[in-house]
Amino acid sequence: MLLKESDFMYDILVIGGGHAGVEAALSAARLNNKTILVTGNLKMVSFMPCNPSIGGPAKGTLVREIDALGGQMGINTDKTCLQMKMLNKSKGPAVRALRAQSDKLEYPAEMLRTLEKQENLELLEMYVNRLVVEDNIVTGVLLENGEVIKSKTVIITTGTFMGAKILIGNTSTVQGPDKQKASVGLSEHLRELGHKTYRLKTGTPARIKTDTVDFSKMELSPGDNFAYSFSFEPQHLRVLDEEWPCYLIHTRPETHELIKANLDKSSMYSGLVEGVGPRYCPSIETKLVRFKDKERHQLFVEPESASINEVYLQGFSNSMPFDIQDEMVHSLPGLENAVISTYAYAIEYDAINAQTLWPTLESKIIENLFLAGQVNGTSGYEEAAAQGLMAGINASQKINGLEPLILRRDEAYIGVLIDDLITRGTKEPYRMLTSRAEFRLLLRHDNADLRLTDYGYNLGLISEKRYQSFNLKRDMINRVIEDLKDTFVTPKKEINEYLISKGLPRIKVKMSVYELLKRPDVTFELIKDLFGFDYETTKEAEEQIEINIKYSGYIEKAIKEANKLKKEENIKIPKSINYEEVHNLALEARSKLSEIRPLTISQATRISGVNPTDIQMLLIYLKKSS
Amino acid sequence: MTMLFDTIVAKTTANGTSAINVIRISGDESFSIVNRVFKGPDLEKAESHTIKYGYIHDNEKVIDEVMVFLYRAPRTFTTEDVIEISTHGGNFIANEVLKLLIKNGARLAENGEFTKRAYLNGRLDLTEAESIMDIVNAKTYTQLNLANKQLRGDVHTLVDQLQSKVLDIIANIEVNIDYPEYDDVEILTSEIIMPRIKVLQDSINNVLKEAETGQVIRDGIKTVIVGRPNVGKSSLLNSLLKEDKAIVTNISGTTRDLIEAELNLDGIILKLIDTAGIRETNDAVEKIGIDRAIKAIDKASLVLLVLDQSNHLTDLDDTLLELTKNKTRILIGNKIDLGNKIDLKHEKIINISAKNNTGLDILSKEVKDLFIDEKIINEDFGVLSNTRHIGKLEETKLALEDAYKACVASLPVDMVEIDLRKAWTSLGEITGQSTSEDLITTLFSKFCLGK
Repeated sequence: MLLKESDFMYDILVIGGGHAGVEAALSAARLNNKTILVTGNLKMVSFMPCNPSIGGPAKGTLVREIDALGGQMGINTDKTCLQMKMLNKSKGPAVRALRAQSDKLEYPAEMLRTLEKQENLELLEMYVNRLVVEDNIVTGVLLENGEVIKSKTVIITTGTFMGAKILIGNTSTVQGPDKQKASVGLSEHLRELGHKTYRLKTGTPARIKTDTVDFSKMELSPGDNFAYSFSFEPQHLRVLDEEWPCYLIHTRPETHELIKANLDKSSMYSGLVEGVGPRYCPSIETKLVRFKDKERHQLFVEPESASINEVYLQGFSNSMPFDIQDEMVHSLPGLENAVISTYAYAIEYDAINAQTLWPTLESKIIENLFLAGQVNGTSGYEEAAAQGLMAGINASQKINGLEPLILRRDEAYIGVLIDDLITRGTKEPYRMLTSRAEFRLLLRHDNADLRLTDYGYNLGLISEKRYQSFNLKRDMINRVIEDLKDTFVTPKKEINEYLISKGLPRIKVKMSVYELLKRPDVTFELIKDLFGFDYETTKEAEEQIEINIKYSGYIEKAIKEANKLKKEENIKIPKSINYEEVHNLALEARSKLSEIRPLTISQATRISGVNPTDIQMLLIYLKKSS
Repeated sequence: MTMLFDTIVAKTTANGTSAINVIRISGDESFSIVNRVFKGPDLEKAESHTIKYGYIHDNEKVIDEVMVFLYRAPRTFTTEDVIEISTHGGNFIANEVLKLLIKNGARLAENGEFTKRAYLNGRLDLTEAESIMDIVNAKTYTQLNLANKQLRGDVHTLVDQLQSKVLDIIANIEVNIDYPEYDDVEILTSEIIMPRIKVLQDSINNVLKEAETGQVIRDGIKTVIVGRPNVGKSSLLNSLLKEDKAIVTNISGTTRDLIEAELNLDGIILKLIDTAGIRETNDAVEKIGIDRAIKAIDKASLVLLVLDQSNHLTDLDDTLLELTKNKTRILIGNKIDLGNKIDLKHEKIINISAKNNTGLDILSKEVKDLFIDEKIINEDFGVLSNTRHIGKLEETKLALEDAYKACVASLPVDMVEIDLRKAWTSLGEITGQSTSEDLITTLFSKFCLGK
């Protein structure tokens, strides 16, 4: 049965108001689609059930990418931060990373205000029980109260809520994070529709009442005094009079004794947990079991909010009974008399196998159904937000008959993230790491705007005004770089005296200023001073100029590799391909290709079990049938 | 990582003796790669469809004087940028040039790959599809299976060890990057990495030395000495064995077919089979018969056919010449002190006097040349995959040098890591293992990280 335009109440319906859900809903509405966000608790939109920190290596780059595409996370973080810190400052530009401590209460409150102000967007506080599916096409949802909402597309962003269980000691409770109601039935329904699900596990440490902490026994870990912002538009950054610091402590031998003696009481080791936990985020029990020889483990004490009496104990996630948790916390320096306000817990939930999704995050099984965020097996607010944004964009592109936006691995961490998920799948909660990006040097946080703003603008998610100021920056960078190539310096006495006065080696032959800037310790600042250049550059533009020149050798190599990848991405595979017709494919390759159904040759090469020879066969088949 | 659009190279002339070899390179980087090893006009600025003259060199070392034929896309065989290099004949030079090009970023082409590209790029007719598929298919499994087996077990182990050492450094750097605030992970700096790279460089040089000499040197060349009675086979054997350099191992065997003596000619080991026939009697052919000679010849990779320079060729000499004509052989004219009566129009004779110990050095050289020219190995696969592996090892070596240079230039460690990663993936192309999942597994199994 074909539905008429008038049968639908909405263009896009988003289930779940976490980091993925809000980005999906906002981008959908901003692209002029009639959008509704259905979530269990509007006060808790985009809340942070784990540590109230956003960004860091790789993740910070994701936030900048979201911002460049017109997403909300960067702005919202800037507006609500308690601390901003640039990590890896002593390392190269490709791995520098911005991280914020955000206010746990203000972050969702600010996000809710943004949602409420958004045109084309309605908000509804409700749980969804089932999808309405006709002929493998989703046409709406069935709410908990029995009502049906018809929508052309549905985006599921239920995070860790589907089939959620909270595990503490030997108790297991059907419940979502932060004592929220779990979503029961939806994952069962997805399985009925043909989506495979699996159990994942994660956890969070205890929160401690701030006024019971003795900070004098802890090492101070300050931020950078709001010197940086996530968003391209710096006006959103709130600068507090005083920055909120973090603190560093270490576990003591008695902590380890306690945990070892009570290991059997932890849900992790009592056999209660079925889900697979992340290797990169082990609980403290797991750390002790896996790294027996380590005498101490590092913990961070992070501020949660300016308005609640609570700190976060990073590195101490566990699933011990309450009484043991009390003892464990009391064994830590500065926490001898601490009072726990919220106990640590492990959470287990249903995730779907993301290999059943297209690169647009649309389901291969149910048309017009998109899935994004932690439900796809990822971990982290940033990973969720990135997917939510892409799902919102692509749902909109689909119903408006426009080309989807699929970012390549050399264009964005977002591209790496989605490609990894849908092509290779994941067995543990997937966290973005810089080592996952083979083009890390090209995917820096400092050039996210240069990489992606055009996309954001062309979609309609970046304002004219912002695009103009972006273009000014881009033109300035290019002009100065060209200028420096055409400006030459000769080994004159005054030049060399200047260099020597700065502790730098003299020059012996005539060279371009561009070449001079490649030398170690020669900065753009110094060059400006030496030649009296008065370019009207911003700090951000200068950073680009310097990075592009200093590391040009490595960058050019990376671009060359990226160009090969681009060519492979340009060889498209039709969705309708029948792999039974492709001659001489190895059995494993045939079954993997039929399951993943890659859209490009490049994607096909990344499927495990597909060999170069299979790719050749596929190419020959494509050529013949074209 | 990618393979469809990388630049590929191969010798397009057949193995064997020819005056000229042609090496073809195709892909986007053809011009830049060849230009790096070419002394002569700047090829990147040269016009398409022209010929240039110059030298192929590896830094200071000149490898060959060559002509290069330049074809810019799209009017070329593959529709990509193509260069054909005409080198002098002999497999040795051609292989040196190939290795150099691989070291500089080209990949050894698979069988039929130029044709396949021509087809995929729309240069060839659709009807040719089937035959190309056959080519690709035929090589599929044999080649894939052979590729890894070609690498000797011990070399494989060395490469594996090397790869895991590189991975350890990479994983440590990755942890430093992704978990910058963890104080219990060693922070790698240039000063710490440099000596570790040095160690890696030493190992790779050893692996290269091992790999270069190849299987034949290690396992020895199965060699048989034949000749009619009284030509001096046993005196040749004895003088070879008497040579100071010769190391003789008597291997006990229950049958006469076993290798009985091993001798080392300037690093090349000859495994002499059927020496019993020579030692026991001066009359090998008559006594044991021509059948036995045929059997021995059949088993050998190299035949030393001894002739008598003090006499003209006999019928039996002719029979033996005929029997060995398709084998890799060296004709030895013994008793040169007594005359010089044999002159074969089309084949070289190494003249010696076993009695006076003269000419043995020329014989050694001839064996060596044959080996280097790879005429002794008749399996093409072996030659190819060996070149590929060595090319990859050279690539690794280059990447390690870059990493070291980056340390010296005080570039940040994450830049150094880019070079180390290149080394790691190059090694992985030999062992078949270098996925980012391997890296992440190492990361989390070695370092304790968490939230």
